[in-house]
Amino acid sequence: MLGEGILKGMAETARNFVGSFVSKERLTTVEYPEERIAAIENARVFPFLVYDTADWEAGLRCVACQICEKECPPKCIFIDKSKDKKPDAIGKQQFYPTRFDIDISVCMSCQICVEVCPFEAIKMDNEFELATDDRFGGLLLDRKQLAKPNEYYHQIHPTEAAAVDARLAEEKVKADAKAMGAADAAAAKAAAVLAAKPEGAGD
Amino acid sequence: MITTMDQIFVLLQHWIVGFLPAFVQPFAAVLLSVVVIICLFPALFALAVWMERKGLGRMQNRLGPNRVGPFGLLQPIADGIKSLTKEDIVPLSADTPVHFLAPLLLVVAAFMGFAVLPMGRNMVLVDMDAGLLFFFAMGASTEVSVFMAGWSSRNKYSLLGAMRAVAQMISYEVVLLLSSVAVVMISGSMSLTKIVEAQNHYTWGMPHWYIFTPWGLAGFVMYAIAATAETNRSPFDLPEGESELVAGYHTEYSGFKFALFFLGEYLAMFSISGLGTTLFLGGWSAPFAFLEWVPSWIWFFSKLMMSIFVFIWMRGTLPRLRQDQLMNFAWKFVLPFTLLNLMVTALWRFMGEGWERWVVCSAILAVVWVVMGRVEMRSEHFGPRSYRYAE
Repeated sequence: MLGEGILKGMAETARNFVGSFVSKERLTTVEYPEERIAAIENARVFPFLVYDTADWEAGLRCVACQICEKECPPKCIFIDKSKDKKPDAIGKQQFYPTRFDIDISVCMSCQICVEVCPFEAIKMDNEFELATDDRFGGLLLDRKQLAKPNEYYHQIHPTEAAAVDARLAEEKVKADAKAMGAADAAAAKAAAVLAAKPEGAGD
Repeated sequence: MITTMDQIFVLLQHWIVGFLPAFVQPFAAVLLSVVVIICLFPALFALAVWMERKGLGRMQNRLGPNRVGPFGLLQPIADGIKSLTKEDIVPLSADTPVHFLAPLLLVVAAFMGFAVLPMGRNMVLVDMDAGLLFFFAMGASTEVSVFMAGWSSRNKYSLLGAMRAVAQMISYEVVLLLSSVAVVMISGSMSLTKIVEAQNHYTWGMPHWYIFTPWGLAGFVMYAIAATAETNRSPFDLPEGESELVAGYHTEYSGFKFALFFLGEYLAMFSISGLGTTLFLGGWSAPFAFLEWVPSWIWFFSKLMMSIFVFIWMRGTLPRLRQDQLMNFAWKFVLPFTLLNLMVTALWRFMGEGWERWVVCSAILAVVWVVMGRVEMRSEHFGPRSYRYAE
């Protein structure tokens, strides 16, 4: 202990002191409001609702099945299911949420709602500048605020969104085939019924 | 012209005082100097806080404050306004008068030290014959206010911090005094102006500062260590120890009283750096003979700010000591070495002019430094702990 360690340490801090003026890579600070770095692809903050068509209300994928509401650990999702059915993006008759609120002051960004949703209707957003001066109303996002187009989803999570789209397309093909099959069967059945009818049944 | 620039503040004071009737002139002159000191050092405090935050930031590869004003220079003003507008919370069970008085006393005691510091040629408020003694008397009374703050808060962290502060400050006060006694032994005076005069001459353009002698260098190193401990600066910032004691003795202070503690800490740094400058670094004298045309007060304040920068540099470098390491260091290394330095100083004084005293004194100090560093401060190796349970 002769003090040489102190001198060595002071040389190191002096190197940092001078170096931070000279080399850019030492100074890693990003001066946030003016400078930003792009969010990484898997960044997630709070959930949002995906819609497909131009009209957000008609195109919402959500069918108000309320699974996410039940699964949500901190219970921050509030859904009111509609009484009537409306055609969804592919024209199928579905229920829809008349109210879909997320209290982001309660939400813990766990992504469980996203995992359990069978309709790929709720996804994680990466928008983090949500500060507001109204800590109750301002932090309770309604379905209009939550609804964002599928293009936006593609923009923030491209890989994930492509996989989701592929899966949805596959399901649609399957559903179409099934519908086609069903239609064929119905047609055959109708034909059979027609054929079974005695010729002379008519007048 | 050179003399005018050098004496500008003295002349200015004479000119202002000249407007007053003769019988109030002495009082007015003193009052004016006091006002200047009271305005100047808090301004320097603001600058030093800015320097510290910027400097520490750069040492940690950060930017430091840069939002308020150009380069964040107005940050201290913003901080000041914030601390003024904050609520002044006094604990319910606190000893209210003592709690109130502690920060005031600290700042007053810290300001008193500046009274005897020569800040330039003829620029000293009170040219006391025993200026050094007065300075240490005032420096010692900061301990009282620190303990008042800790005791009156009725908070275990405050009290622990105050206990640590008193233990540490008393231990290092001894070293601080003894290391400056060496200077008194050589210069033969306790008056700080005389001490500066004694160093203010040149051989071959080089100054006769005491730091350029073996005993002076050793004394300066010991003084610097003790000064760091005395002002509770890192690595001796145990009394505050924010990772252990919340904030130590000023845990229960908020708003402007906290700002006063903060101010007190920096004032203590300024005054102790100023004394170190005066004793070892030639006070207001120029570092080279050819630079003597630069006004003396510029030299004093640049040396002062250099010392402050070293304080900041140390803080950016060293981690905090443990209480037992602190005490061991004080009593087993710094104090014996300072006592030895007194002997070496006496030897230096009586060996007379010549090269022999340089060799002998340097050799003694270097050998003792190495031996004591290796032996006394040997890190004890602890084996694995064994536990014995109650039966």
